[in-house]
Order: sequence, then C-alpha cells, then structure tokens
Amino acid sequence: MSDLDTFRAETRAWLEENCPAEMRKPVVSEKDVVWGGRDQSRMTPPQKTWLDRMAARGWTVPDWPEDYGGGGLSPAETKVLREEMTRIGARNPLNSFGISMLGPALLKYGNEAQKLEHLPKIARGDIRWCQGYSEPNAGSDLASLATSAEDAGDHFLVNGQKVWTSYADQADWIFCLVRTDRATKQGGISFVLFDMASPGVSTKPILLISGYSPFCETFFDDVKVPKANLVGELNKGWDVAKYLLGHEREMISGMGLSGGGNALIEGALATVGVDADGRLADPLLRAQIALYEVRATAFAAQSERFIDELKAGRAHPAQPSMMKYYGTELNKARHELAMAAGGSDAIEWESERSSGGRAARAWLRTKANSIEGGTSEIQLNIVAKRILELPG
Amino acid sequence: MPLFLNDEQTMLRETARDFVSENAPIAHLRRLRDTHDGTGFDRGLWRQFAELGFTGILIGEESGGLGLGHVEAGVVLEEIGRNLSPSPFLTTAVAAVAALEGSPQAERWYPGILAGETVAALAIDEGAKHRSGVAMRAERAGNGFRLTGAKQFVTHGHVADLLIVAVRTAGSTEDAEGVTLFVVPADAAGLTSTPERLADTSIAARLTFEGVELDGDAVLGEVDGGRAPLERLLHAGRVGASAELLGVGGGAMDMTTDYLRQRKQFGVAIGTFQALQHRAAHLYAEMEVARAAVLKAQQLLDAGADQADGAVSLAKAMSGLATTLSVQEGVQMHGGIGMTDEYDIGLFMKRARVLAEMFGDANFHADRLARGRGY
Repeated sequence: MSDLDTFRAETRAWLEENCPAEMRKPVVSEKDVVWGGRDQSRMTPPQKTWLDRMAARGWTVPDWPEDYGGGGLSPAETKVLREEMTRIGARNPLNSFGISMLGPALLKYGNEAQKLEHLPKIARGDIRWCQGYSEPNAGSDLASLATSAEDAGDHFLVNGQKVWTSYADQADWIFCLVRTDRATKQGGISFVLFDMASPGVSTKPILLISGYSPFCETFFDDVKVPKANLVGELNKGWDVAKYLLGHEREMISGMGLSGGGNALIEGALATVGVDADGRLADPLLRAQIALYEVRATAFAAQSERFIDELKAGRAHPAQPSMMKYYGTELNKARHELAMAAGGSDAIEWESERSSGGRAARAWLRTKANSIEGGTSEIQLNIVAKRILELPG
Repeated sequence: MPLFLNDEQTMLRETARDFVSENAPIAHLRRLRDTHDGTGFDRGLWRQFAELGFTGILIGEESGGLGLGHVEAGVVLEEIGRNLSPSPFLTTAVAAVAALEGSPQAERWYPGILAGETVAALAIDEGAKHRSGVAMRAERAGNGFRLTGAKQFVTHGHVADLLIVAVRTAGSTEDAEGVTLFVVPADAAGLTSTPERLADTSIAARLTFEGVELDGDAVLGEVDGGRAPLERLLHAGRVGASAELLGVGGGAMDMTTDYLRQRKQFGVAIGTFQALQHRAAHLYAEMEVARAAVLKAQQLLDAGADQADGAVSLAKAMSGLATTLSVQEGVQMHGGIGMTDEYDIGLFMKRARVLAEMFGDANFHADRLARGRGY
C-alpha cells in the first residue's frame, strides 16, 4: 500500500466518523453555507461541530502550512481529501474570502507577524473577511479608485467609499485597496487590513433584483488603520490586488461546476416528462440541455487540468481570467435552462412550495457572476492581450 | 495522474511536431491534391511514420510495438491535424490496432502495420450520419459466412489491405448484440469499392458486398459478440479523431491570431479591435476546454476506467464544437482572403468538417451522453 493509499484509507475512516450526517446533505439555501466570524450564533450545532473538527486538523485549508493553521498536506493529499469529501457528499466546512482570496495573498505578500496573526483565525473561521475593492467610480477601471489613506504618523487615516462589498454588513475585518499617492494610478495604491468595528466604518446593504442584499455600500470616515496593517510595500498594493484577483477569479469560475448534480435534468423531467422512448418529451429543451452538459462536463475537466497545472507551476498567470469567463457564462446558461425547464413553477417568487422563489432568485443572482470579480469583457481583454498577445 | 502531458509525452510531441511539420506540411496536402493523386496519402511518408515507431504506438512491446497509449497516439494525431497531413494513421495505427488487439488476427496484421506497409479501413457507417445501429447482414455459408450489403464513408477503403466490417449476424438493426466484426481482405470476390473524393481532398469509399464469402477465421472476436472489439475500435477512433480535431482547431486559431497581429486596416493592426479580441479570446477558451476533455478521455481510456465511454463521447462532442468555431472564426476574421483557395485557412475548415462527421458529430455524442444520464 502506498503512502497515499494509506492516507486515503485513514481520511475515509476519519470523515466517516467525524462528518455529522446533517453535513452530508446537499446545500440548498444560503443558511446552509457557513461563513464563520465572530458571531458564532449564525451557525447551527452540526455546522459548528463540523467546522471545529475540520479546523482542528487544519483541513479547512489543507494545503496551507501547519504553522498558520493549515493541514500541511501535499497537493496529492489535498486532492485525496477533496475526493473523499465528495464521495460522502460532505459539505465544505467553511466558505471564506479569507481562505480563497486574502489567505493566498498574505502567504505571498504578508510579513511573518501578519501571517501568524491572521491566517490561523481565517483557518478556524474566527474572523469573517470582506473585500474593499470597487468604488462608485472605479468598477472595471479598478485602478482609478479614490478612497484615500493619509499618513498620520503611526497610523493611516482612511476616508472614502466602497461599493459592492460582499457581505460587508456581516464581516469582521476588511482587506482594502486605498490610495496613498495621487500622482500615479496603479503605482499609488496600497493594500491594508482593518477591523470593521473601527470607529468611522459604516455599511448599507444594497437590495438586488434577486430580492437579496449580499452586497453593501461601505463608508469610511476618518478610520484609523495601524501602519502594521499595511500588506506588502507602500504604493505596491496593485501587485497584491492582482494576485488576489487571480484567486478570486479561480474561486468564481468554480461556480460553473454544477454543484446541483442532476437538478437541471430532474427539473425538466418533472415538468415536461418523457416520451415513449424514455427521452425528455421536449426535444428542443433536451437538445439544449445535452449541449449545455457537454460544455459543463468538459469545463469540469478543464478545471481539473487548471488546478493540476497551477499546482505544478505550469499555468499561465492569466489563465484564471479564462476560467472565470467560461465558468460564469456556463453558470448563467445553466440557470437560464433551469428556468426554462421549471416553467411557471420556477418563476414563483414567494410561495412555500418554491422555497421562497429559490429558483428565480438563484437565476437572478447568477447574472452578477459575469460582472463581479471583473466583467466577462475585462477577462476577455486580459486573455486577448496576455495569452494571445494581441496588440493594443 | 495530473491532467497535462508528462515529460516523455512532451518529448514525443516535439518529435512529432518537427517530423510532421517538416515532412507533411500543408504544402504536402496541396501537392497530393493538385496532382490528383489517387491514393490520397503518401506511402513513403507512411513508411517513415513506421521508422519513427509511430505506427506501433498502441501495439504492445511483445508484438514489437511501443506499448504506449491513447495519450501518445493523440500527441501524434494533433500534429497530423495541425498540418492537415493526409495519413492512414487514425484508421490503421489507432482504430484498427485497437479492434485487432488480443485476437489471432493481430498476429497476421500487426507486422505490416508496424512496417508501414499495411493500411486498414473501417467499414462501420451505412448512412450519411454515423449511427450505432448495424443493418448490413451476414448469413452462415458452409464453414463461413456470406456478406451482403453496403457501407459508406470508408476512409482509405479504396486502397486498404484490410477492411474491418461491422455486420449483423443476428437480431435487428438497433440491437447491441448480434453484431459480428469481420476482417475482410481488400481483394475478396464480390466486394466493390467506389472511391469518392471529399471536400478536404481525402478519399473515402462506398463499398458494396454482393455475397462476399469469408471463412470462419475472418471473424474478429466472437460471432454475434462483435460489440467488444467494435467498442474498442470506436473508442480509439473517436478519441483519436478528437485529438486530430484539436490539431485542426489549434492550427486554425494560431493562423487567425497571427493574422490579427499583422493585418492592418484603418491604419492599425485589426487585432487591436476589441470586437475581434473578444471573439479570439472566447475561441481560445473553447479550445482549452476541449483540450482538457480530450486529455481526460485519453487518460481514462488508457487506465481502462469505466467512465471512459462517456468521456470519449464528451471529447468528440466538445472538440467538434470548439474546432467548428475555430475554423468558422478563422475564415471570417481573415475576411476575403479567407475565401481564396490560395490561402490555407479554408483547408482547415474542410478538414474540420470531415473530422466532425467521422465517428459521430457533436449532436450524436451529446445525445449519447444524454441517454447515458437517463433523459
């Protein structure tokens, strides 16, 4: 038995014993997703048990170093862990911008004190993070951001406004891009961390077409940020931001991987039924779903390839842009098809049997996928210029 | 196993790339076409393929081959596709070798294939669209069989030394069982072959069997149990055609992006126009996704995994969709020059069309996947 086989056997046994039954059911609504944070009352007891047990082994971030709360696993072991979790349908114990975005940036650009301070808390889900990037006049042209951080001796004084700050009203800390030099564009941006409970921070949820408010407007009024919270060098925050955006795009691209299993097909079977040959009775819908499935399944293979290449250091640095573009367009296509398959059932908005309009709200939510984290058009620009090396 | 080529496979790709682009570039295809060559490929080149060991990639070492897999065969096929090189490699060294594997027939035919002397053709299609059904019949006659019926779209069928023919010996057209594979020598009495030149200048035959009599040892595998070798043939052929499609689509894409960098209109390179940049970047994404699907299928097939069947259909469907987009965008973005015979991009479009039909198009395979998933 190879070491990896042994690891698999042990992991399987441990997961069987430690993953609560409730945590093996598919995620169906927002409340099934665990984000961690200071307010632990948001978690149900099984959610908390599952998070604590996984965090104790470092398995919320299996491939991070053990010193920072990680599991210290090799890429191959990490893959085995994911496979074994998938095998029993185990939920992700923790969803976190700290894990998917800030963590990788801190590992690369943070100093030792910052790593020791923040990474273990991210791994345990103690602190919930939000991202302060976009501003009302700095969307796709992110580097034109204006929120300022003035040098005030031992601290910065931050003033300005961010927008589309995901879950800012529920976050404990923010990683934020601020302007520290007005003379240049990209070269005058710095990357800072601060507590959302700091005096001068306020948030206001934005109601979206889905009826939800996952995004906020976030205001800073003379917020004091200790200089120790500057990540990387002063005025070099754009490098950190770009690195982090690559990870964000990678995370968002995962949305194209249908987590819902056969939900699309089952939905269509339920509404239109089957013909005498056992095929979906609406042949055009069937064809659309079949061709969608071809792309989605092929994209799953591409995601696997992308991760393998990343781990081996072979992926083109702009590849996350391609993944983000393709994954989000696929996710939108899936939800358009799900709406078509669901028919009038799917557009119910407040009925009990539709779980409060879950299908319609999810469909509307996906429309943001190709806008947030850099629009599809921005991703295509990046692919065209950096991978295909087209001029201009 | 990571989903990218290992060092040995990368080295093989470099060898294949150098060899094919040097010895069988697009000019080679044009020369065969313009001289109205009746064979459809160059036998000398086929022997060179053998000298490099390429014809034995899928043949076991005990039989004198390299004992490699579908990933490696695909590496060669991609270069064939990229250079639009006419070659019996896919039908002979990939699909036929896979069908013959493990049978007494292999001992008879492998040496010729290894030497680059033997060419095989696959008589599996009966209509204009690839279907899994088999209608052509064989009846028992003495110790053997008598074959009657017709096949079409048989690439190299007019010059092949052996034909692998799927025939019904029991049951009805759509039944999985009751199919028998026969190895038919090209000179069998009662066999008529009509070569037809296709849009991409390759030649495929229409075959007519009028009471072709064969001995019992012409059966490949079991009587009525031909599905097993037929599946091997189809898996190898489909994943191989997918790899060749990647080469065609990738070659067309590279030509197009080069053109976008060079061609000037309104005083600037047209590649600076965002409308074209976005379409090129979208095309790149489709090709990358197809590439992953093909490599996944090759690896699963080499591992003998249960999921290989679905993965192969996925590969053929996705590579067909992506490459079709690539050649269409290629001609469109080249503008008027893309419509000229003198320019190569149109040749990519023709080859892609032929490969898209071979072994089932994207719709056929999407339908097959949908059935597999129960809808």
